[in-house]
Amino acid sequence: MSISRRSMILGTGAAGTAALALSACGGGSDSGDGGSGGGSGDPVYANETEPQNPLIPTNTNEVGGGRIITSVFAGLVYYKADGTVENDVADSIESDDNQTWTIKIKDGQKFSDDSPVTAKSFVDAWNFGANTKNAQLSQSFFEPIEGFDKVSADKATGKETLSGLKVVDDLTFTVKLVSEQSDFPNRLGYSAYSPLPESFYDDTKSFGEKPVSNGPYMVDTWDHDQQIVLVPNDKYDGPRKAKNAGVTFTIYSSDDTMYGDLESGEVDVTDLIPTSALSSYQDTLGDRAVNDPGAVFQSFTIAQNDPNFSGEAGKLRRKAISRAINRKQICDKLFYGTRTPATDFIAPVIPGGGEKDIPGAEVLEFDEAEAKKLWEQAEKKQPFKGEFTLAYNADAPHKDWVDAVCNSIANTLGITAKGKPFPAFGDFREQITKRELKGAFRSGWQADYPSAYNFLGPLYSSAAADGKGSNDGDYKNPEFDDLLKEGLSAADENAAIEKYKAAEAILMEDLPAIPLWYQNTFGGFSENVSDVKYGWDTVPLYYAITK
Amino acid sequence: MIWYIGRRLLQMIPVFLGATLLIYVMAFYAGGDPIQAIMGDKPLSPAVQDQLRSQYNLDKPLIVQWLIYVGKVVRGDFGVGFNGRPIFEQIRDAFPVTFRLAIIAVVFETILGIVAGVISGLKKGTWIDTTLLMVSLLVIAVPTFVIGFVAQFTLGVKLGVVPVNVGRDASLQNLLLPGFVLGVVSFAYVLRLTRTSITEVATADHVRTATAKGLSRTGVISKHIMRNSLIPVVTFIGADLGSLMGGAIVTERIFNIHGIGSVLYQAINKSESPVIVSVVTIMVMIFLLTNLIVDLLYAVLDPRIRHAK
Repeated sequence: MSISRRSMILGTGAAGTAALALSACGGGSDSGDGGSGGGSGDPVYANETEPQNPLIPTNTNEVGGGRIITSVFAGLVYYKADGTVENDVADSIESDDNQTWTIKIKDGQKFSDDSPVTAKSFVDAWNFGANTKNAQLSQSFFEPIEGFDKVSADKATGKETLSGLKVVDDLTFTVKLVSEQSDFPNRLGYSAYSPLPESFYDDTKSFGEKPVSNGPYMVDTWDHDQQIVLVPNDKYDGPRKAKNAGVTFTIYSSDDTMYGDLESGEVDVTDLIPTSALSSYQDTLGDRAVNDPGAVFQSFTIAQNDPNFSGEAGKLRRKAISRAINRKQICDKLFYGTRTPATDFIAPVIPGGGEKDIPGAEVLEFDEAEAKKLWEQAEKKQPFKGEFTLAYNADAPHKDWVDAVCNSIANTLGITAKGKPFPAFGDFREQITKRELKGAFRSGWQADYPSAYNFLGPLYSSAAADGKGSNDGDYKNPEFDDLLKEGLSAADENAAIEKYKAAEAILMEDLPAIPLWYQNTFGGFSENVSDVKYGWDTVPLYYAITK
Repeated sequence: MIWYIGRRLLQMIPVFLGATLLIYVMAFYAGGDPIQAIMGDKPLSPAVQDQLRSQYNLDKPLIVQWLIYVGKVVRGDFGVGFNGRPIFEQIRDAFPVTFRLAIIAVVFETILGIVAGVISGLKKGTWIDTTLLMVSLLVIAVPTFVIGFVAQFTLGVKLGVVPVNVGRDASLQNLLLPGFVLGVVSFAYVLRLTRTSITEVATADHVRTATAKGLSRTGVISKHIMRNSLIPVVTFIGADLGSLMGGAIVTERIFNIHGIGSVLYQAINKSESPVIVSVVTIMVMIFLLTNLIVDLLYAVLDPRIRHAK
């Protein structure tokens, strides 16, 4: 999903960290009154944006709601800070063929209303999320499951169910996929796969305001546009037990105000730094500043139907443009080191991401002479018409880097290159969806779950083209598709990563999108808190923070 | 008088219809496709998109959407926003905060503006007058967001005397600084307007007569100068109350106040026509009402103006 604008970072908030030896000192807190680990009775204050939808796991597709869903629900698995996958509600997730999975859940798990978490809690929730009648925004997450085509049909009535889901007994269910997918268990920590209690179906409306949940926290109050108060859920007995007395999310309409609050100790942990403070925040906050590799990949896409970029000349031209961008200079001078120049198509916190040895990766290095040469070769084959434009939505802070990239291209190649702003995100996406946008447009991706495949399949595979996924440039390459398939059915992760790297080598040649940089996890925390860790997906692991 | 008020209230109906239609059209053509904004970059099957479109009447022609909307509003139903919350509820929660903020701003600009304007007008040409004029020019020249951020940074972050983030507790006391920031530009206008008005009236015949009759200076100022010269100022302040409520967007964002301005801002971001139209229409109505009150105040200030014709 793309990082289209601040409130649209559709990421999962799920993450995890090793609950280190803290449980030895006084044990994990098992009640809402006062955290353990030396925590006080005060809640941790965190930054937040107003969730754009009711708090229903399958209908939450942006970070404001994602943070809350991940904190209040426990899925089958969770992600540790480094992106490794650990069981949360699941006892085991196994398969002989990577296609039919048997999932067993731990006995004795409960929702906050004391009702049991069973296999049915998952199966019913997934069926609800997948059915068109319910118009859930995360419907596409159930696509890999057999029978999705039926429940997602136009005429679905809400009664149809996924034929690939079968409840075996109270604690066991099986999932049959449409194809082999070795990374299926990795997906299951994403918030859309959370279980739902029986009471949800009786009254979805009040559930969306104050969900009955099975995770480390539960929603105490939600004052719209002001704050969301989470308190520890004493029914939760999993690996992510809350080590604080609760988390109060303050909703900020402006990043600058949030940063002012951070400076005056009014907010304890943030995962955003306003553009105006990027240059100074590391000095201001000292060792309370955070700037680590992140899970966000930024690029721009050139539509395959742009006549200027078709055929052999188009290929040379894309390479020339890529070589004409001084990524390092932009990351250092404009972003003050909170971005890292890209060396591949997958963010560095993901296993198999941030690789530096992909064949053809030199195309991402700034080289003025080479860029000029490639451009001239392309001109001989087919002269460039018009000017190079890079479209973006102006309601988020993109203008500066777009201008910098365009200047870099213009100065190197001696052509006219300029940004093309759209006033609102909706406008921008509409043009892309209708395939009316010529030239280049900004694209970004934050993985939904930590997997190399998730940075490739949804963006460049033929199956995701023509409006069926996020392949907005309609790039199609059977060879690339085959390598992805082989990666998915590979025996182990290392074998899969080799296949993905081979697939990336093809992308380096074709450049359906031109990689720019990885966005780091950056933020900061106050003097009142310790044990602040950020998840692989840039969101802090709230449950581990002590105060 | 009653007839006059009645007529003015009746005139609001066409204004209401026209304003909603105009804003509906503008919101419709300005923001692109709201469904695209809802889905972000996630692929959403056409089936679900259609489902959402019909849920929010987005599949119908623009004029039909507007008619459905107006039909519901007349019955007191503002509809439901994209986030599943009733729009009326969203506005009801946010409105009092903005109203408080605007009132603080108006009180501040009225008292300080008129006092400074009167001093300036009576001491025309002295150093006091020049200083006040310079100050007001400076305030008009500096954009609100600069004044807001500087005030927030110095008083909030550095000195810690006021909260940086008023959103957590929008009490009257915490709203003082944002109210001041919001009203400061209008303060400058009120000052200049009062000054001009005072200087004009101060040299008028009836004032000279009053002074010649031996009235005390204070009596002349309060009875003969002030009352006559306040008419344009009252007009300005009345109209300003309306614009302050709409113009609070910037101030509200700086201080993270959840008022009508931030509701509007978010709705524009999501191209949520029903919310935009509801908020702006309410603004228009407030504007018309304050104008009516101002017109009625004329009669109080100046017996020569009568509405009962």
